[in-house]
Amino acid sequence: MNEVLPSAAHKEAAASAGLPGLVSDWASDRRAFKDVSWGKAMMWVFLLSDTFVFATFLISYMTARMSTTIVWPNPSEVFALEVAGHHFPLLLIAIMTFVLISSSGMMAMAVHFGYRRDRRTTAILMLLTALLGAAFVGMQAFEWSKLISEGVRPWGNPWGAEQFGASFFMITGFHGTHVTIGVIFLLIIARKVWRGDFDDGRRGFFTSRRGHYEIVEIAGLYWHFVDLVWVFIFALFYLW
Amino acid sequence: MAQAEAHTEARQHPIRLYLVVWGWLFVLSACSYLVDYFGLVGYLRWSLILTFMMLKAGLIVAVFMHMAWERLALTYAILVPPLVLLVFAGIMVFESEHTLFTRVFYFAAGS
Repeated sequence: MNEVLPSAAHKEAAASAGLPGLVSDWASDRRAFKDVSWGKAMMWVFLLSDTFVFATFLISYMTARMSTTIVWPNPSEVFALEVAGHHFPLLLIAIMTFVLISSSGMMAMAVHFGYRRDRRTTAILMLLTALLGAAFVGMQAFEWSKLISEGVRPWGNPWGAEQFGASFFMITGFHGTHVTIGVIFLLIIARKVWRGDFDDGRRGFFTSRRGHYEIVEIAGLYWHFVDLVWVFIFALFYLW
Repeated sequence: MAQAEAHTEARQHPIRLYLVVWGWLFVLSACSYLVDYFGLVGYLRWSLILTFMMLKAGLIVAVFMHMAWERLALTYAILVPPLVLLVFAGIMVFESEHTLFTRVFYFAAGS
């Protein structure tokens, strides 16, 4: 881990910034990511690969929608809700967006307090993040059952182009799976923070290695990514 | 470990920054919802939706994910590869327009 990094390389990293720094970091036979631990670099690389997975889904949805001669169901109407006799387009989706953004804000603050070694505040903020994430998944389950009861299937729906159902279930389902995994991940890390694993150097049951508060930031990266993907789904699937 | 500690020092941003970004994300989401609520259409709708989308994505990546404070070596390694997705999307736009054309030309006329 960080311990094996020679101090010379550390000084060198501090020496150059900006574009010259970029070139020298990527120059031959050196460690490219100088002040990033392997855990964080690997999370970023994973998120990059996940970006491609989601982008492929969104692009295939775009292709299906642009090439069909049959009218595409209007998401504004499909996802509308009646509240107290008022007709709101996309109401549930808007609420889900705000819930996910709030959870992201909580997570950003959890990372902040994690680096201050304030384990109580960090754990509480992470639990709130997980709670909002679970609320998001709950609303998605509501949305799915509403659409299924209205007759939406991956192979057809009452309003138009058949690919609508396939795209919807594939994209939101994959995103919802990510949120669910994120909630579990957050709960595991929050428990470790609460117990003080990163202060007393308790070893992990799986890796037998000592943890560090940086894992809060790594969990945060994953969580913010889930929010980031939702930004694109919201704009491209629901608002198109 | 000493490096990780030094790293920790560099990560101290005022909590206010996160709250301000959170507020902006709320405002931008509300704006994109209003685009749909008022039923704007055409290029106006598209440019607004995509602008709000990119602003939100930028705020999340730069501040919440701390990309603004990383070294360029990591920033470029992560942010440049997704640009090829734009090329991919562009190719598929041509592809789907061709498919649409053949469907309209060969099927719609005959049926």
